[in-house]
Amino acid sequence: MAQAAIELIGINKSFGAVRANRDINLEIVRGTIHGIVGENGAGKSTLMSILYGFYQADSGEIRVGGQPASIKSPNDAIALGIGMVHQHFMLVDNFTVLENVILGAESDALLKKSIAKARSELERLEREYGLEVDPDAIIEELPVGLQQRVEILKALYRGAEILILDEPTGVLTPAEADHLFRILKQLKEQGKTIVLITHKLREIMAITDTVSVMRQGTMVATRETRKTTVEELAELMVGRRVLLRVEKGEAEAGGVKLAVKNLTVKDSRGVTMVDDISFDVRAGEIVGIAGVAGNGQSEMLEAISGIRRAVSGSVMLDGKPIDLTGAADPGELRDRGLAHVPEDRHHVGLVLAFEENENSILGYHDDPRYLWGPFLNIDAIRDDARDKITKYDIRPADCRLKTANFSGGNQQKIVLAREMEQDPGVLIVGQPTRGVDVGAIEFIHKRLIAMRDQGKAVLVVSVELDEIRSLSDRILVMFAGRIVGERGPEATEGELGLLMAGVEHREAAE
Amino acid sequence: MDLFNAVIQVLDSTIRLSVPLLLACLAGLYSERAGIFDIGLEGKMLVGAFAGAAAASVFHSAYLGLGMAILISVAFALVHGFASITHRGNQIVSGVAINFIAAGSTIMLGQAWFQQGGRTPALSSDERFGAIIWPGADALRSVPILGPIYSELISGHSVLVYVAFLAVPFTWWVLFRTRFGLRMRAVGENPAAVDTAGISVAWLRYRALICTGVLTGIAGAYLSMVQNGGFVKDMTAGKGYIALAALIFAKWKPVNAMFACLLFGFLDALSIRLQGTPLPLIGKVPVQLMQALPYILTVILLAGFIGKAIPPRAGGVPYVKER
Repeated sequence: MAQAAIELIGINKSFGAVRANRDINLEIVRGTIHGIVGENGAGKSTLMSILYGFYQADSGEIRVGGQPASIKSPNDAIALGIGMVHQHFMLVDNFTVLENVILGAESDALLKKSIAKARSELERLEREYGLEVDPDAIIEELPVGLQQRVEILKALYRGAEILILDEPTGVLTPAEADHLFRILKQLKEQGKTIVLITHKLREIMAITDTVSVMRQGTMVATRETRKTTVEELAELMVGRRVLLRVEKGEAEAGGVKLAVKNLTVKDSRGVTMVDDISFDVRAGEIVGIAGVAGNGQSEMLEAISGIRRAVSGSVMLDGKPIDLTGAADPGELRDRGLAHVPEDRHHVGLVLAFEENENSILGYHDDPRYLWGPFLNIDAIRDDARDKITKYDIRPADCRLKTANFSGGNQQKIVLAREMEQDPGVLIVGQPTRGVDVGAIEFIHKRLIAMRDQGKAVLVVSVELDEIRSLSDRILVMFAGRIVGERGPEATEGELGLLMAGVEHREAAE
Repeated sequence: MDLFNAVIQVLDSTIRLSVPLLLACLAGLYSERAGIFDIGLEGKMLVGAFAGAAAASVFHSAYLGLGMAILISVAFALVHGFASITHRGNQIVSGVAINFIAAGSTIMLGQAWFQQGGRTPALSSDERFGAIIWPGADALRSVPILGPIYSELISGHSVLVYVAFLAVPFTWWVLFRTRFGLRMRAVGENPAAVDTAGISVAWLRYRALICTGVLTGIAGAYLSMVQNGGFVKDMTAGKGYIALAALIFAKWKPVNAMFACLLFGFLDALSIRLQGTPLPLIGKVPVQLMQALPYILTVILLAGFIGKAIPPRAGGVPYVKER
């Protein structure tokens, strides 16, 4: 009988009226990789935070290595050999790797001795697990993949035997994710126990031994990974059958609706982020822009939607040019039929402190439909918001609720409803399903395809390669501010991954 | 030679005038490096000045005065901590409140206790910190150039002046060479990283604020027990704010802070020296303009000459565990 590294028995945790975890029972076997999947808000992160001592459970028992354990703070967890790699890295950006590794685990009151000791220990760990990283590099100058490695080293330095990783691949390129998985497998071979929290089912299938599914705060099932399927897991997560890949017919592309010409954009530091790119989107097609985050997609979106001033370039909307180098007015672009769903709905797309109905007209509030003379026509606005709530299945169905109180998926639906219901000729969407649940993803994808089938031109930018491949009729790959390739939807993940990593196609073929 | 003596005199008063700024600036550095904005430096200095002078005149001891100044100033720092760390209140509001309480309570208590219109009784020389004459200072005075530099600039200051300047390398050492410093800098940048590393964010920030309180207490004692022979109402006269400006100017670094404070002290000394003195080409400059000079230059320096000053990233934000 394999020994349990961790047993959770009857864990309950509430935040106010929200029951984040109810009666959770879970056993994690030593020396395995155990996946925990569930939609956002299913309670995965809360459960792991309880295990790491970040929160206290309201009731229930934790056993580590068979012994009942009282974990009141991360210190207790660390002492029990539990380490955690958080979704948002817990690193001090302007410290060196070494300083981050020793923070909180300094061996001496003076830094010199602590650092000297840590340096040799770190070298040993790096050799043992193949986790090379320059100990004197400043964190903010490292790519995210390496930053994550520092987080893993931090846990190992503290003697972690059980490593919890919370959504570790969200910020990684496919190649970096593969590298991470190799490291995790190696850690497993060395006898470490790994808990992997994710909502990406493909990762679960690829690497875990056992998988537990959470839904709405409860643990609904635990399966051996090799005896389950992606479809079964998705159904367990959502509680109903889900289409993982949207069905869509052939695109019937018409004339060019949106033409981007010679667009160059610099960021606030003067670095060229978008380097002379041109492309067309035709009526009735979805063009997807793939790329690792930070390769200029955000700046491109902002320039095309008029939020950011371009150095050069223009867009043709229905054959009429709009210069993007001057003060391109987002309002003017909108009036001419270009709707924009921004990447960052919290900062750009919504005012979280506003009521739902206010957000559902934001940007279109000058429309006479919503006005009564110089005043807002509150009744019309609320009726309109209620229509959208019904049509887009926004929950809870309360147009007076503060927008901050909606879940990520429903917030995204509010933005989508606002932009799509204006019946724009061109729709540009940044990260359509970032932080959105599986069930809502299906809905959003169906909506985007419906837009396409109505003959609209749709431009989608996403860092989720699966999403791009599933939605797009044509895929453009961005790397270092340029479009480095165009592929059809049948392109393989490996092929796109290489383009995204900046590897030339010729080399890839060899 | 007259010019040389004038320069020595201006530099000597530069040192004297920059000491309270330097102490307050380092005080602010501890708190802001730990992620707590402290606009209440002014108030803490003021209560320190009052408590120091009051205790010194009652107990006839300069050192008891200093001790009381530090004690009361630390108490005010802890109030700021209680509001902004424990109760996650707005740090600016809490700091401003401390300034108001300090301004009002010092006058009120001063009047109630000493009946001298908010002043404390004039301190005798035993109740103040006197000048320390370094060995050989008088003998070397007549040596050209080096003599006056040694006897005027280096020797002949009160012990608190030396404390202030020694606090600079000490602060640097604490910040960059000790575990406490590492953790303090970390908590000002990313408190969540500190929390997940198993260190108490609140206790760390409280300790930083205690350092702040100690230094503002010494700064206050310097004002009322060295620079002046007693407490006068509102005697800090905005020095706490200038110290904050110097802190930004210094980009939150101790050695830079010393130079920034010396510069502000120099401008102050210069404006005093040049009052009523006709300048070549310009002629006589109004007193008010000379007095405003340090402030005008502060604005210009802060607006254009320091480049980008990046404050500690978690500054001003109460730490709340994510939910």
